Amino acid sequence: MTLLTDLADAIIRGDGPRVTALTRQAIGQGMPPKGILDDGLIAGMAVVGDRFRVHEIFLPDVLLAAKAMYAGMDELRPLLVREGIPSIGKVVIGSVKGDLHDIGKNLVGIMLKGAGFEVLDLGHDVPPERMVETAKAEGAKVIGMSALLTTTMPVMGEVVGLVRAQGLSGTVRTVVGGAPVSADFAREIGADAYGFDAANAVDVVRELVGRR
Amino acid sequence: MILSFAPAEVAPPRPAVLAQLGVPAGAEVPERTALLLDDAAALFAELVAAGGVVEPISAADFEAVYRGEGRNAPDSPVAAVAPRAEHLRLFAVTLGEPLSAEVRRRFEEDDPALAVALDATASVAADEAADALERRVEADLRAGGWDRPDGAALRYSPGYCGWDVTGQRALFAALRPGRIGVSLNASCLMQPLKSVSGVVIAGPLAIHRFPPTYPFCDHCEARTCRDRLRALAKRAAV
Repeated sequence: MTLLTDLADAIIRGDGPRVTALTRQAIGQGMPPKGILDDGLIAGMAVVGDRFRVHEIFLPDVLLAAKAMYAGMDELRPLLVREGIPSIGKVVIGSVKGDLHDIGKNLVGIMLKGAGFEVLDLGHDVPPERMVETAKAEGAKVIGMSALLTTTMPVMGEVVGLVRAQGLSGTVRTVVGGAPVSADFAREIGADAYGFDAANAVDVVRELVGRR
Repeated sequence: MILSFAPAEVAPPRPAVLAQLGVPAGAEVPERTALLLDDAAALFAELVAAGGVVEPISAADFEAVYRGEGRNAPDSPVAAVAPRAEHLRLFAVTLGEPLSAEVRRRFEEDDPALAVALDATASVAADEAADALERRVEADLRAGGWDRPDGAALRYSPGYCGWDVTGQRALFAALRPGRIGVSLNASCLMQPLKSVSGVVIAGPLAIHRFPPTYPFCDHCEARTCRDRLRALAKRAAV
């Protein structure tokens, strides 16, 4: 087993201390930070995402893997910054105004980070204007919206409308998800995509930013 | 009336927390997950500050509270059940702000595992607290002479089953849950987050039975009413 596959394996097992140790070892051996990120940390999270997708593992396993990945990122981040290596894209996420449910949104954020995206998590009860303004100000490529209540779903349409009204449709894409949300609803409000679960949301965002 | 709840009274059962985290019943739980949930349970016990407030309300006054800002579904379970109630009690319960603050802190400190585990634990516990309040209301009514063997006291909340969340404003004006530290924000969401409010409706068990076939039921994924209806059927059979 090479060092990087060992690192990916430690991510899969959610073993934070080992991830830290192996990341330091890889850095110490002079491996390129981008390689450690892609072939170690992200590769491990990709396996975690795949296993989660087919229900081989469940949310707590994903969260423990994510925590382990963050431990590796703590070591790697200064090097990535120093070498000017950008993330593969910024994504603004939030539970829409009126909705306090954010477990699904949190998981999407964690998995997006695991896939190498920079995630700007605005939390819950986020007004449409704040989502769009943040995307504009931060140069985010995607706005991801979550709702658990049927009563808050229409707010997603308001965000899509605002993106259009501000002439951002070509640069900022919108993706919606949440228990009561469907692909039909996404089409109805004019969202660019629908993610049926957290793992799928990552695939969808990758497609939206042309990173498949 | 102000109520307090011992941590043990609102401590959530492990299977319910696992279900909240999307782990199916019967699935093998790895040791690392069990340890994570142990940590969350310990933090929960340390930080929970569960309290409640409950007040009687007349049918006429409740009608006005329920009407709220006029945004309810045209037809809803509460609209059908409340007029047949024998007793109505407005209520709110909360687990307190420290739990929510700790969840935020854990997220900020890049510990999503414990943050989400604690959040799930608290979400289940908030329902446990509301259940505990519901039981106390029924016990108090019976102690006060409500003598109906086929009676049941069940709760309904704004934001669910056609009762628009804006109904929280009228409910809060009547109940004043600020007394237990619960407030509403501009979106009618409660602070602290892990709080539940609504009305406990006491009456013959049969009034609580309704077909889950309202237009809004099509979009509902919670479907907790089905569990309640099953529990009612079981209770009726006893």
